[in-house]
Amino acid sequence: MILRQTREETHEETYDCRDAFADELVRLARADSRVVAVCNDSVGSSKLGAFAAEFPDRLVNVGIAEQDMVGIGAGLANAGLVPFVCGAATFLTARALEQIKADVAYSLANVKLCGMSPGLAYGALGPTHHSTEDLSWLRAIADLPVVVPADPAQTRAAIRWAAETEGPVFLRIGRFPVPDVSPPGVPAFTYGRAVRLREGVDATVVATGTMVSRAMRAAALLEERGVQARVVNVSTISPLDREEIVAAARQTGAVVTAEEAVPTGGLGAAVAEVVLETRPVPMRLLGTRAFAPTGEPGFLLEHFGLTADGIARAVLEVLGLDHV
Amino acid sequence: MRPSPTTITAAPPGHDVTDLLPDHDAIAEWRGLRERLARADRDAAAAALAALAGGIRRTVISTIAGAGLGHAGGDLSVTDILATLYGAVLRVDPADPGWPDRDRLVLSKGHCSVALYTTLSTCGFFPAERLSTFAAPMSPLNGHPSRRSVPGVETSTGPLGHGLPVGVGIAVGLRLRGSAARTVVVLGDGELQEGSNWEAAMTAGHRGLTSLTAVIDRNGLQQGARTSATNELEPLADKWRAFGWEAVEVDGHDHLALLDALTAPHDAGRPRCVIARTVKGRGVSFMEDRVEWHHKVPDAEQARSALEELR
Repeated sequence: MILRQTREETHEETYDCRDAFADELVRLARADSRVVAVCNDSVGSSKLGAFAAEFPDRLVNVGIAEQDMVGIGAGLANAGLVPFVCGAATFLTARALEQIKADVAYSLANVKLCGMSPGLAYGALGPTHHSTEDLSWLRAIADLPVVVPADPAQTRAAIRWAAETEGPVFLRIGRFPVPDVSPPGVPAFTYGRAVRLREGVDATVVATGTMVSRAMRAAALLEERGVQARVVNVSTISPLDREEIVAAARQTGAVVTAEEAVPTGGLGAAVAEVVLETRPVPMRLLGTRAFAPTGEPGFLLEHFGLTADGIARAVLEVLGLDHV
Repeated sequence: MRPSPTTITAAPPGHDVTDLLPDHDAIAEWRGLRERLARADRDAAAAALAALAGGIRRTVISTIAGAGLGHAGGDLSVTDILATLYGAVLRVDPADPGWPDRDRLVLSKGHCSVALYTTLSTCGFFPAERLSTFAAPMSPLNGHPSRRSVPGVETSTGPLGHGLPVGVGIAVGLRLRGSAARTVVVLGDGELQEGSNWEAAMTAGHRGLTSLTAVIDRNGLQQGARTSATNELEPLADKWRAFGWEAVEVDGHDHLALLDALTAPHDAGRPRCVIARTVKGRGVSFMEDRVEWHHKVPDAEQARSALEELR
């Protein structure tokens, strides 16, 4: 296919959002003595080294014990602190799912759950380490905002919002390198609002996290084919910005979703629910639909079609143009 | 419609409660009891706590019978523990449930909500009349305690093995904030089969949480059978000691023994585990030590008979 030649060729500068997270958390801790960090032997992978150096008493490393970690987070919140509970997203969410539901969300505990290195970030470490179900699981829990920043600016803004807002939050902090996607001049993150990054009339690509920059490149490829694709960055998966999704369906008539996760229950399902309830249009839900084979993250994204090419192909397919 | 940033009900630092309001008459009565207990000799203290526990037991039975739901056996085994804690030990303010320096009580065995609700209402956290709504549609008094709707409930419990990690977090947080407040977690013995308890026990021992006390309602029964027949817990005290705790064993229906165990200074740098030996269904002969009363509901005749015994 003609699109293949441009696959993943980019000269953009990319960032690990954990660095923005770690830096902003230290800033927050300097300004507010209630801010504490909790982790599961993940000082390195959660990038808490600088925090630990500056605030050794305010880092609670519980060891390899995620249920304990989330319960302790709820207890710290009860004591009046603002805990950022950090661990690899796959273990934080899967091992402590009931604690997240009962101790945090149902208890309305002021806990900021930070799922690090989500999606396929752990690459060849395999499906046991891929956090691809977290969005589905957490989106099903009431009163738990699920926030997925797409770049460093969104990461900083999202954790500032989380610290200032009383109540539970899950933040999915990416490790996979991403370029800046936030447009200048608008707030990098507004809770519950999706950001329209590119206008288009033929179809909409709704993407989150690492897939947002890929969706933008897909739109550029599609433009070469004469297809005007809108791109929407959903950084709050739950609660979803229904108005923006309905507008996409009404105004462009076709929707493709893209996420580094299973679309079953995740962003894809969330968008599909709104589209189905309000303005049914043809859709394609891109994501990880199986346990991944062995390979590095970039390879795995290719494998699942989670590339600019893959997204562009899905748009052509949903428009019935794939054989043209 | 766009999602509103206020989709989450903002929870104030204490509680988000609009339905159950403090009962100031009950608070005054409870404060009077606390003052009398502070001055009482041991015999008088034992008598006052026994009277408090007896009242809670009777209300537990009538509440469960009225609602057609509840865990009578465990409620009656934990009653003396809760009565001693709220009657003589915990520094709480029912008029201000979110007081930052309050002592915290976490009921990890959340299925015994009726004993907790009754105790809280006895202290005046909310009017006792509201107990009759237990488990009714839209009642704040759910089958398991919810922090959302019941003042005095520190964290929502029900699924087992959740209370101790939360209690550890509270104790760590209070220490970080320089508060002298204490944290007490009441656990069922059966729920110690959940591994999360031992994760938390390890953390509490490692961190030397002197302000933390775990009280185990050691009635020896779980939902389906004896704990010893299901997944043996003994040697229980040794397990806690091995995790860096001090452990004491007491008669969990002896108010003075409980009082001593709950008020003696801790060994430096050690959390304390109080293993309170109790009888499930305590006080009602046909319920005592009977596994089926884990969550059997007394019919009208059984309730009448139980109340007669508890008089």
